[in-house]
Amino acid sequence: MIRFFYEFSESFRIGWAQILANKLRSVLTALGVIIGIVAVTLMGTAIRGIDTGFQNSLAMLGDDVLYVQKWPWGPVDDWWNYSNRPNIKPQDAAPLNRIIQSTSNSSLEIAVPVVGSGRSVKLGDAKLNGVFIIGTEADYARISGAEYQEGRLFNDTEAGAGREVCVLGFDIAQALFPTRSPIGQMVTIGGHPFEVVGVFAKQGEFLGLFSFDNQTVVPLKAYQKYFSTRRGAELRVKMRDKNNLVGSRDELIGAMRRVRGQLPGERDNFTINEQQAFKAQLDPVKQGIAIAGLFITGLSLFVGAIGIMNITFVSVKERTKEIGTRKALGARRRSILMQFLIEAVSICLIGGAVGMVVSFGLFLGIQQAAPSFPVEFSPDLVLVSMVVSVVTGVVSGFAPAYGASRLDPVVALRYE
Amino acid sequence: MTSLAPTKPFQRTYRPPGPLVIDIEGVTKLYKMGEEIVHALRGVALQVHRNEYIAIMGPSGSGKSTLMNMLGCLDTPTNGHYQFSGKDVSSMTDDELADIRNREIGFVFQTFNLLPRSTSLANVELPLIYAGMGHDKRRAQAIHVLESVGLGDRMGHKPNELSGGQRQRVAIARALVNNPSIILADEPTGNLDSRTGEEIMQLFEDLYAQGNTIIVITHEENIARHARRIVRLRDGLIESDERQT
Repeated sequence: MIRFFYEFSESFRIGWAQILANKLRSVLTALGVIIGIVAVTLMGTAIRGIDTGFQNSLAMLGDDVLYVQKWPWGPVDDWWNYSNRPNIKPQDAAPLNRIIQSTSNSSLEIAVPVVGSGRSVKLGDAKLNGVFIIGTEADYARISGAEYQEGRLFNDTEAGAGREVCVLGFDIAQALFPTRSPIGQMVTIGGHPFEVVGVFAKQGEFLGLFSFDNQTVVPLKAYQKYFSTRRGAELRVKMRDKNNLVGSRDELIGAMRRVRGQLPGERDNFTINEQQAFKAQLDPVKQGIAIAGLFITGLSLFVGAIGIMNITFVSVKERTKEIGTRKALGARRRSILMQFLIEAVSICLIGGAVGMVVSFGLFLGIQQAAPSFPVEFSPDLVLVSMVVSVVTGVVSGFAPAYGASRLDPVVALRYE
Repeated sequence: MTSLAPTKPFQRTYRPPGPLVIDIEGVTKLYKMGEEIVHALRGVALQVHRNEYIAIMGPSGSGKSTLMNMLGCLDTPTNGHYQFSGKDVSSMTDDELADIRNREIGFVFQTFNLLPRSTSLANVELPLIYAGMGHDKRRAQAIHVLESVGLGDRMGHKPNELSGGQRQRVAIARALVNNPSIILADEPTGNLDSRTGEEIMQLFEDLYAQGNTIIVITHEENIARHARRIVRLRDGLIESDERQT
């Protein structure tokens, strides 16, 4: 065992000396591995970044909220079946809440109606178009994880009276009130004056598509007073336990069917959406990236492995006489095998390290150039790259190293 | 070990032979060279005792290289018996042969066969690494042996920074470092001028005087004359085996 250790450290010494003696050759050989490692780390970074971005976005939706809607999230094949469904009405929330409250041990907590549409928001001459106006109850506070930059959400009294008050999204407040506090100020929403009572803290974009900071929340009654709710509403239902997704869903479906007065055997004329549905849509994208990345990685590592195998064959050939000498001096087969394997692995490890540095540079570059693009560098990737490098080295170095270990010392010593 | 600097005047010492080290009997070796079968050795018997100094001579093609490979446990005989210190070499595996070479045999080659990128010290340490000796101990032993062949001031030099004679001294130090039973030198002066060659032969003389067993393979009579016993090969057979006085 101790002998193995000495041979191992000797092999390392020789391997590094050999690599240093042939710097250019070693670097060129390692190029394939470098490219492979860059590919694998960048792919991992991208996938992880998408995952993180996705998780953050889902957190904005609230991971304990079910959405009762007419349409499912994501594409449908038989859209005509859905378009014939009756709209979800804001007043469906009251009977639903009564059912939830009368159910003992209900897995649901509360249902809140939400209506919304794009409107303009004006302050004097400043006008913002396409702001998403949400009309809801004061209970919105219980289903939304949003925090407040300043002020508050409207209270039950204001909501019940349908007063013209509003809570601005962060970006809107920034745009209209760059220098002063918007609290207590009047803005014009869709042509009607509203008083600002609060500003949401910055939340960010949902998958880079939809900004939560570009919405404004008003009481449902005020919304209904001025704007059409013909396109229907949605009910946001908070679960008591976010881990009990299936039970909560089933209970909600049952409760909604009672609200809707649906007969047994009739198909649901509403959809329960939840954030998990997004995941299902994102998975193919992630898989696509992973497959493309794996293909590129595999190809470049394959080319790299062939290069290393080739260079190890050359190295064995060049040093046939040295192998003979070592064998004459008492090197066993495994000593020679190890010597050349370690040389191959060392080249791969250098390639891996360089590849890692390159991808870290690229990662920093991407972060600088496009801050919103979700990339994340993780220490796992370092480990993965190192393992990949070592495996590549062992696989590609084995054939030539094995050949060297089996050389007949008599023949090897005579080799010129 | 005392210093073996090559300044001593030439003098012959005789030592009585010790116990049997090498015992070869009826050894044959066949090679296939394409279609042809070459009988390199046709039945050789040879006994080597400790504290002997033997020269093996013969023209090229006589089988002396084959015999040397056999004696050095680099190769195994096709037929016949080979016992090294009582152990049967004929049936050993590659790794067992490697261990025997490592512990029992010190090789000195015509072309020195030093590792070009390693220092003298690292070259001499190499057999001890394969023997599994710890760093400090092997370093001390290598330094000691290098000093004893007169290269105490050349330990950090690489082979290309040394003269031919110095290189061969490094190689001899490498052969000695494991305290082998025999030193096997294949044309040790073949790549040296005659004066340096004489110095190397004086070094062998000193090593013999200290109790080492030496086998020199050569085709030069004046080199062979240093030995106490000359074995001549011809056509794969021992032609003569005589002791010298």
